[in-house]
Amino acid sequence: MEVVVSMNNSNPHVLATDQQPVLETKNLMKKFGGITATDQVNLKLLQGARHALIGPNGAGKTTLINLMTGVLDATSGQIFLEGQDISQLAPHLRVHKGLVRTFQINQLFNSMTPLETLSMVVSQQKGLGAKLWQPLGSQVEVVSRAEELLELFHLTEVHSQVTSQMPYGKRRLLEMAIALACEPRVLLLDEPVAGVPAGEREELLRTVSNLPKEVSVLLIEHDMDLVFDFAETITVLVNGAVLTEGTPSEIANDSRVKAVYLGHGEELQHG
Amino acid sequence: MLTILFDGIAYGMLLFILAVGLAVTMGLMNFINLAHGAFAMAGGYLTVALMQRFNVPFLLCLPLAFMVTGLLGAVLERTLYRRMYQKPHLDQVLFSIGLAFMSVSSIDFFMGSQQQIIQLPDWLRGRTELFDGALGMGHYRLFIILICAALTVGLQYVFDKTRFGSQLRASVDDSRVAAGLGINVNVIFALTFAAGSGLAGLGGALGAEVLGLDPTFPLKFMVYFLIVVAVGGTSSITGPLLAALLLGVADVAGKYYVPKLGAFIVYTLMLLILLWRPQGLFVRKGGK
Amino acid sequence: MKSSTADVQRELLKPSRWQIQEFIFWALVFAAPWFLPGHALIVNEVAIVALFALSLDLVLGYSGVVSLGHAAFLGFGAYTAALFAKHILPDPVVGLLVATLATTLLGGVFSITILRGTDLTRLMVTLGLALILLELANKLDWLTGGSDGLQGVLMGPVLGRFEFDLFGQVAATYSLVVLFVLFLIVRHWVYAPMGATIKAIRDNRLRAAAIGINVNAKISLVYTVAAGIAGTAGALMAQTTGFASLDVFALDRSADVMLMLVIGGVGWLYGGILGAVAFKLMHDVISSITPQYWTFWIGLFLVVLVLVGREKLLKPWKWWSA
Repeated sequence: MEVVVSMNNSNPHVLATDQQPVLETKNLMKKFGGITATDQVNLKLLQGARHALIGPNGAGKTTLINLMTGVLDATSGQIFLEGQDISQLAPHLRVHKGLVRTFQINQLFNSMTPLETLSMVVSQQKGLGAKLWQPLGSQVEVVSRAEELLELFHLTEVHSQVTSQMPYGKRRLLEMAIALACEPRVLLLDEPVAGVPAGEREELLRTVSNLPKEVSVLLIEHDMDLVFDFAETITVLVNGAVLTEGTPSEIANDSRVKAVYLGHGEELQHG
Repeated sequence: MLTILFDGIAYGMLLFILAVGLAVTMGLMNFINLAHGAFAMAGGYLTVALMQRFNVPFLLCLPLAFMVTGLLGAVLERTLYRRMYQKPHLDQVLFSIGLAFMSVSSIDFFMGSQQQIIQLPDWLRGRTELFDGALGMGHYRLFIILICAALTVGLQYVFDKTRFGSQLRASVDDSRVAAGLGINVNVIFALTFAAGSGLAGLGGALGAEVLGLDPTFPLKFMVYFLIVVAVGGTSSITGPLLAALLLGVADVAGKYYVPKLGAFIVYTLMLLILLWRPQGLFVRKGGK
Repeated sequence: MKSSTADVQRELLKPSRWQIQEFIFWALVFAAPWFLPGHALIVNEVAIVALFALSLDLVLGYSGVVSLGHAAFLGFGAYTAALFAKHILPDPVVGLLVATLATTLLGGVFSITILRGTDLTRLMVTLGLALILLELANKLDWLTGGSDGLQGVLMGPVLGRFEFDLFGQVAATYSLVVLFVLFLIVRHWVYAPMGATIKAIRDNRLRAAAIGINVNAKISLVYTVAAGIAGTAGALMAQTTGFASLDVFALDRSADVMLMLVIGGVGWLYGGILGAVAFKLMHDVISSITPQYWTFWIGLFLVVLVLVGREKLLKPWKWWSA
């Protein structure tokens, strides 16, 4: 069993291997006019983490991801990736440094097939995105990696179907496959199983749990089964601020967390 | 020089009345309507026809131009434009260019291609000189300024102080949310489009004497309307007003002092402003 | 059954392979000026316009910029080529290269302006450039001939050997060769990984940035190349007609080409070329029936086309579906 370093600031823990967090936010704040969407968030994601971010709707979870990836500019505060300050870095450059995310609502390339999409992403990742001389498909490394990903995400049967015509579950798988094709070091998953029919969740969940250990994962989810199966650390976000952090059992027994969820009509149960 | 300023202001106010409908439509429906100039042209030609064939007095033609083109706008909105709101901007551009072409050709066919002359009533002709001739105010231009100023005040009042105005502003900010609040966005769209077209028609009638009127009017002046909207922004009334005044004065002054450069000044000015402020000069905080 | 990597590669490469109808098409096209000598001038005209349409497709279809002022680059290329031939060297190919390079530079500088703001901003900024160039060409009449146009551009023989003849056959072949070469380059580009990233930007800008594509840089690049190609078309125009005039900047030229693209299909390699041919046919047919009111029918066509749905034009069986 893995020993987890506690995120609780007042309780620096044993076996803290003086690890530099692979992703860290310091006093991150985002205001929209009078509304504070992100309120002094200090989050540390460790190497190899299986870290979940939960909270009621409107808590600001997606906003936090948007800030981390540079889609939104922070009002104040900083973001560090492997010790480097990336707060001012352009979104696409953050991807180059290994910070990759998926979207809550599928963001796919609808006119392309999964094969084309993944080949394109892989060749982009390998730095071939500016290549002009040879057609896409002539580079063996690119194509075989794309094939691997297709198989990993159970997309082989639909690999030549135009994305806009694929069933929803497959599209959700593609959503994640694209992120993996970027060879992430830090992966931010925004509600990966949202809207996926029960029959297809298994595939997705298995793939998430089989992600390589070198990849550090931050998962936003509402499905508590998934959260408690997956996470080694859980951060609870409420109204843009961190309420508490801890191991799954600490969180499950935290009365404040229960209040937040019960107050919103949700139950914090897990199998 | 004061005369130049005066003429420029008159021109600018006229441009504002002509373009304000376009600005609000753009902001409200996110629709690029390159046929807006056709409504202005319709107002102008209607006035000419009424005056020449039915001896309708000029002053009466103005509200008539407003109402008829407003009605035309309402009809077109319901039948044609409404289907285009969700389409990509390229489609909207193509669609409205098509409408503009059709209107230009039709007017050419029915009314001929020559310049139309409007016979102003006597009391609008003439000129008053002030400050020993430093300021020469043509009476017609003065009339234009007064009418447009009154309309502007009225528009600002409707926008700021009436219920319709606040519903309009809410719909401009976010039409989905507005609909969710129970605002009948379809009606707002229709009324706004009609009013905007009506104002264009009125502007066309008013401006025929000053700007000239022939079938190429929509295409010729469309650029100016677009400049007013692009520079002035689409989220307020004052933005396009100031942009129109700036444009009017710059154009008149430019053509007077540096005729060699002509419209070059206006285009360059616009380009520079848009480079500096891509959202337009006057953007309301919190708006789109 | 698991297919081999080679199979999968083949599948990816399939669209980039030349198809038999493409060979036939180009063979016919190149033969045209020689089998229809009376129509060589028209072939030349269509080839040039097709090239311009191809360049506009890069802007509209591939980088998604709604531009009404693409004729700015056409005109700039035309005047540069004309002036170069008149005052420096009447060699066509050298002039072509110079004009293309100059226009590409202009496009590169200008491409920064199209990145920010709304669609309306882009519309105005691109239109603004065309209008400014028009005014400049108009006012600098000591250089450009003003509203009379730049006349008397006498070209030397192409590659030192092929004199421009009266029938226009050399001109047509020259233009066709240039069109073909540029088409090949663009075609190659579209199927390369670079082209795939551009397609990605077109499909979903947000995701494209989220997978590490420098969206702004790519869009600028496409726009710059498109400007250069438009400049080439302009140069061809000036060189093959011996003349450059103000209406090369005109709004209706930009609108006509947009229409061609729309007819042929935006975002598709052959869209501009086929659209140019179709447009020319339509124009001649309609103009012979009603010469004066051509704009009305074009306008009506545009309105109906957009209302019905652009994709449905080439697929009549879709007319009766939703």
